[in-house]
Amino acid sequence: MNDDIILNKISGDYEWGFTTDIDMETLPKGLNEDVIKFISRKKNEPAFMLEWRLKAYKHWLTLEEPDWANIHHPPINYQDVIYYAAPKTEKKLNSLEELDPKIKETYEKLGIPLVEQQFLAGVAVDAVMDSVSVITTYREKLSDLGIIFCSISEAVKEHPELVKKYLGSVVPYSDNFFATLNSAVFSDGSFVYIPKGVRCPMELSTYFRINAANTGQFERTLIIADEGAYVSYLEGCTAPMRDENQLHAAVVELIALDNAEIKYSTVQNWYPGDKDGKGGIYNFVTKRGICGENAKISWTQVETGSAITWKYPSVILKGDNSIGEFYSVALTNNYQQADTGTKMIHIGKNTKSRIVSKGISAGFSQNSYRGLVRVGKNAVNARNFSQCDSLLMGDKCGAHTFPYFDIKNKKATVEHEATTSKIGEDIIFYCNQRGISEEDAVALIVNGYAKEVLNQLPMEFAVEAQKLLAISLEGSVG
Amino acid sequence: MLSIKNLKAKIEEKEILKGINLEVKPGEVHAIMGPNGSGKSTLASVLTGREGYEVTGGEVIYDGKNLLELSAEDRSREGIFLAFQYPIEIPGVTTTNFMKTALNEIRKSKGQPPMTAGEFLKRLKDKAALVELDPEMTKRYVNVGFSGGEKKRNEIFQMAMLEPKLGILDETDSGLDIDALRIVANGVNKLRNKDNAFIVITHYQRLLDYIVPDFVHVLYKGRIVKSGTKELALQLEDEGYDWIKEEVAS
Repeated sequence: MNDDIILNKISGDYEWGFTTDIDMETLPKGLNEDVIKFISRKKNEPAFMLEWRLKAYKHWLTLEEPDWANIHHPPINYQDVIYYAAPKTEKKLNSLEELDPKIKETYEKLGIPLVEQQFLAGVAVDAVMDSVSVITTYREKLSDLGIIFCSISEAVKEHPELVKKYLGSVVPYSDNFFATLNSAVFSDGSFVYIPKGVRCPMELSTYFRINAANTGQFERTLIIADEGAYVSYLEGCTAPMRDENQLHAAVVELIALDNAEIKYSTVQNWYPGDKDGKGGIYNFVTKRGICGENAKISWTQVETGSAITWKYPSVILKGDNSIGEFYSVALTNNYQQADTGTKMIHIGKNTKSRIVSKGISAGFSQNSYRGLVRVGKNAVNARNFSQCDSLLMGDKCGAHTFPYFDIKNKKATVEHEATTSKIGEDIIFYCNQRGISEEDAVALIVNGYAKEVLNQLPMEFAVEAQKLLAISLEGSVG
Repeated sequence: MLSIKNLKAKIEEKEILKGINLEVKPGEVHAIMGPNGSGKSTLASVLTGREGYEVTGGEVIYDGKNLLELSAEDRSREGIFLAFQYPIEIPGVTTTNFMKTALNEIRKSKGQPPMTAGEFLKRLKDKAALVELDPEMTKRYVNVGFSGGEKKRNEIFQMAMLEPKLGILDETDSGLDIDALRIVANGVNKLRNKDNAFIVITHYQRLLDYIVPDFVHVLYKGRIVKSGTKELALQLEDEGYDWIKEEVAS
């Protein structure tokens, strides 16, 4: 391939790079016990929550940042981060009309369905700007069914028994460096509880956005599907363009009790940095779910943003006959780095897991799949199938696959398939010669390649994700 | 339809085409023959706008337009089709989807609406029959896992689908057994009409037994050194290229 052509053509502008000028209440940079106490006080949290945060903080001080991932970045100064930033609002909001017009405008630019008509589309949104959940729509409609959908700060106050029981039950405060940090300082996030036997009638959705400069976003999401319940949850993320790197360390915990099912879909489009690798979000996320008997948890992610992505949505298949799924498209361009994959932990009998990972690397980016399949000694008849594909665009990028297997039961079946393909000038010219422009050719190929994963997304999201993939790769092939 | 005047082109500082002249009218089939390295495939690449070739002189007028100013996709949309010597594999994209995208892009450029699903499927079925292609093959990813012969047949199938004005076949016969050659040639013959034209690039005469050309040109060292009718191809088959080389040298 002609390198100059590739170099010249790699561009891909970030469309979501605007900032919103609203009054913010922010803490000075830095982390200490007082900061944690401030956050907890600001949120009127019950005492158990503050104790948990402080335990996490003390533990965090004993930890070191992990270095096993295939990513490289200058050291992060954790004292140079703002741990709390919130839009200033005088009182709690009761309706959309009361929302700051500027915040509303931001969400409209993002195309988030906050307006009433969107109700028809069946989307309920919990929008988080920086650290505070701004408003939760359609809560009443849901509460008729006994469904709780609110910000985690509200849940802490209004449903402390549920929070106490489940928070940290899948990702304990001592889990890992970033999850522990999150446990100490998490500022907001979403909380969902679906009661026994209830099928949530609409897709629940959270939209995260980092607006303030130098702000770390530490959201915490907790979803509980009680026995026989079902919920599909969507998470979308963007951030404005900034020169410096912003830290993002989220935790998501899913609890699917016996016979329950949770589908969790993410389209992650945090600011990836510019074409020279300047700026961008450092995204260190811990996502994990646990399945009871006959329960199912399905993670679907389309990751196109962030300068660094470190993320392994996992499933603990504790109950017999439970099912875990992981469908992923991770796209990196320019100087982005992604180290992402999953862990499927088979504990119960007849448990099944399926992993479909599609990596797309362009520009000078590095894209790694890292996955663990563990079958415990009692997991008779456990089955896993993994498919890890890599697609390279140009010849300056890298794709890596790190599969780990830890099989302790002889009656388990584990299959792993991997492929690597490359989109070069030849394919593009072939498409051009059939009347298809380069842009359309890349979209055609990438969408074909990622189809198995995109098919898992709810319709509306799938269309968005397709567009996002095409935009993120614009001009990435010579 | 196509008028090439004194066309010169180079790749990586090496001049390959040293002044090509060629006139192609609607309804004609031109065969371009020549020894390896004479510039046959370069000519196909330059006419279809492949990157990496630099035109250093001359002009190409196609349907009254300066062809060399058009992008590769616009040349295709204007009706130029290249059957590749080495067809490309596209993982994840079925031939059906590929052709639907191509047809609709071409239609869009002419201000036409996309084909309906019914129209498209009918065309797909008809054209597959024309080139004796199992329609099941179109559900597979473009050329992935195809044999050499299947790939070439898939090229002719695509040509049938897109109904070009000017079809360029770049060594379509290479790597084909006699049955595949017959099927491919029959496909091309059925597409021939008074409004379209073909340039058939080949090293061997045998394809021309099936696709009978109106004119045969010999390309040697970047120039067309001899033109004639189909008898010229037969003479080349009998006597090889040496006499041409000697004629050029003297």
